[in-house]
Amino acid sequence: MKAPLLQVRNLRVEFGQQLAVRDVNFDLFAGETVGLVGESGAGKSTLARALLRLLQPAQGSVQLAGLDLLKCPPAVMRAQRRNLQIIFQDPLASLNPRMTVGDAIAEPLLIFEPELTAAARRGRVAAMLERVSLTADMASRYPHELSGGQCQRIGIARAAVLRPNLLVCDEAVSSLDVSIQGQIINLLLDLQQEMGMAILFISHNLAVVRNLSHRVLVMYLGKLVEVASSEALFAAPVHPYTRALLAAVPRIPPVAGAPEPLAEASLAADSITHGCAFRDRCPYALPLCASTDPPLSEIAAGRWVACHRSHETLNPLS
Amino acid sequence: MVATLSVDNLNIRFAHRTGTLEAVAGASLRIEPQECVGIVGESGSGKTQLFLAAMGLLAGVAQVSGSIRFAGNELLGAKAAALNRVRGSKLTMIFQDPMTSLTPHLRIGTQLAEVLVSHAGLSWKEARGAAERMLEQVRIPDPKRRLQQYPYELSGGMRQRVMLAMSLLCKPDLLIADEPTTALDVTLQAQIMELLRAARGETGMALALISHDLGVIAGLADRILVMYAGRIVENASAAELLLRPRHPYTAELLKCVPRLSGPRSARMPTLAGQPPQPGEALQACPFAPRCSRAADRCRVQPPTLAGSSMSQVACHFPLS
Repeated sequence: MKAPLLQVRNLRVEFGQQLAVRDVNFDLFAGETVGLVGESGAGKSTLARALLRLLQPAQGSVQLAGLDLLKCPPAVMRAQRRNLQIIFQDPLASLNPRMTVGDAIAEPLLIFEPELTAAARRGRVAAMLERVSLTADMASRYPHELSGGQCQRIGIARAAVLRPNLLVCDEAVSSLDVSIQGQIINLLLDLQQEMGMAILFISHNLAVVRNLSHRVLVMYLGKLVEVASSEALFAAPVHPYTRALLAAVPRIPPVAGAPEPLAEASLAADSITHGCAFRDRCPYALPLCASTDPPLSEIAAGRWVACHRSHETLNPLS
Repeated sequence: MVATLSVDNLNIRFAHRTGTLEAVAGASLRIEPQECVGIVGESGSGKTQLFLAAMGLLAGVAQVSGSIRFAGNELLGAKAAALNRVRGSKLTMIFQDPMTSLTPHLRIGTQLAEVLVSHAGLSWKEARGAAERMLEQVRIPDPKRRLQQYPYELSGGMRQRVMLAMSLLCKPDLLIADEPTTALDVTLQAQIMELLRAARGETGMALALISHDLGVIAGLADRILVMYAGRIVENASAAELLLRPRHPYTAELLKCVPRLSGPRSARMPTLAGQPPQPGEALQACPFAPRCSRAADRCRVQPPTLAGSSMSQVACHFPLS
C-alpha cells in the first residue's frame, strides 16, 4: 500500500482550558480529496490551522512525507510552506486590497522561486490566470474590481502556482452562489488531476462534500466521531451525530416525516471531561455514554466510528 | 379577497458611475393571506431590495416607482408615521445576520418588550411577561434568564430565535424572512425552519421566505418566485416549479444544486458565465447570454411574465 502523504497522530489543540481538537488521527493520500464536516465550533478550521502549523498544537505529530511539521526548525518549516496551501471562505478578505491580482499571484513565486526573472514570473502569472479561466490582462486589476467568484479564482491561482502537495479549502465555496460554486469545484478538481495534490475540503455543505470527497471525516466538539468513504457514509451513516446531521439537510423535493431537528447542545464544550461529548443530544445515549468516552474504532474496513452502540442496528430517528 | 401584499410594476434604481443600476425592474407579485411564498435568486438578483422597499428601508438614494400595497394600503411614499403603525407589528422582517439585527447594548428583554409597549400599548411589566412567553414559544430554554442577557451572551442560533420571537410578538399578517438560516449550521437551520412552520400554523400569518438555498425554500414554500437580474422570471406552485421548471434559468439552477442522494459525481453541473455585474448593459432577456435556448428574439424583445395565475414564466422559449 502507498505511504500516506500526510499522517496526523494524536493531534491536540488547547485554548486555555478548552480542548479545541481532541486527539485526532487520520491519513491523507496524494491525489485524495477528504471532506471534513461538522457544525460551527466543532474545531474544523482549528484542525486545519494546526496541520499547517498556523497555530501550535499542544501535542501530537503531523508527518508530511516523513517530516514532522510540528517539530522541524522554523527554517525547514518555511521551506515546506510551498507544499502546504490554504484557501478561505471570504475570497475578497483573503486578498490584499492594495495589491494587484498579478502581484498577489507573483508573491509566492518571489518567495519560493527567487531565481525566476521578472519576465519568467510574469509568464507564470499569466499562465496561471488563464488556467483558472481568467484573462492575462486581469493581472493589473485590484480585488475590489472583481466578483466573488473571480476573487476565489485568484485565491486558487495564488495557492496553486507553487504546485502544492496539500491544498486545504476552508469553506472555499460557501459564500458563492450555487451556479458559481460548481465552476469553482470543477476548477479545483481539474487542478488536482494535473498536479496530484491532496485536498482537505472543509465545508458545512454536506451535499457538496458527498459528491466531491473520496473519504469524509465527521467532527464533533473537537473529536472525529466517524470516518468513512463518502459512498458508505452517505449511504448508511453509523454515528448518531452523522445521522442527525444528514437528516437535517433539506431535500428537493422535501421528504415527508422528516425527523425532529437535533436539539442545541446543553453540555458546555469545556465541561466535558469524561464520557461522550454528544450524549446530551443523542437519542440513543446509554448510562455508559456519560462515564466512558467511546474511542474511534474500525468497525469495518476503512470505516471508523466512535460510538458505544456502533455494532447495533439502531432504529431510524423519528 | 385583498392580498396581504401586492406589488405592482415595482422599479428600484440606483445612480451608478457607469449609468443607472436597475436593482428591480417591473416586478409584480401578490402574497395571499396565510400563504408562504419563497423567493429565490442569486446575489444581486434584487430579492432583498424588493422587500426592503416594502418595509420602507431602502437607501435614501434609491429611485423607486410602482406600487406596494399591504392589506390594500399603499406603502410606497407613505409617511413614516403611517408606516410605523404596521411595520414591526403587522408587517415584520428578519434578516440573515442575527448579531447585527439586535441592538448590542440593550438587554434582550428590553428589546422584545419595547415592541409591545410601542405597538400594542402594553405596560412594560405586561410586555415583559408576553416577551417571556414568546421566548418559550420559540423554544429558548430558561427564558426568564435570557431576558436579562445581552445579545453577545447568546449563540447565533439563539439570537435568530430571539429575532423570530420579536417579529411574532404582534401577530404579524406577513413575516418577511430574508435568508434567515444562511448563517446557521444545518442543524440550527432545521430548528428555525421548524419554528417558522409552527408559527405559520399558530398565527395563520403569510410568510415571504427569501433565500438562495432552494432546499430551504422547498421545505416551506407553497409557491416559489424566481428572480434574475431584478426581474421575476418564474412564478409557480412549489411542487410544480421544483419538478417541472419552465424557465431555463430555474431549470439550470435546480441542476446545479448538489444532491444528497442519487449517483455521486465529483464534477458539478455548472451554469456557464456569471450573473450580470452592477452597471452591466443587459440584453432584452438578461439571461440570454447564459441561456442554451436563447435566439435572436431574446436579444431584442424583452419577455414578459405571462401565463395563468398558477404558473407564470418570462421566457420566449419556456420548457414545456
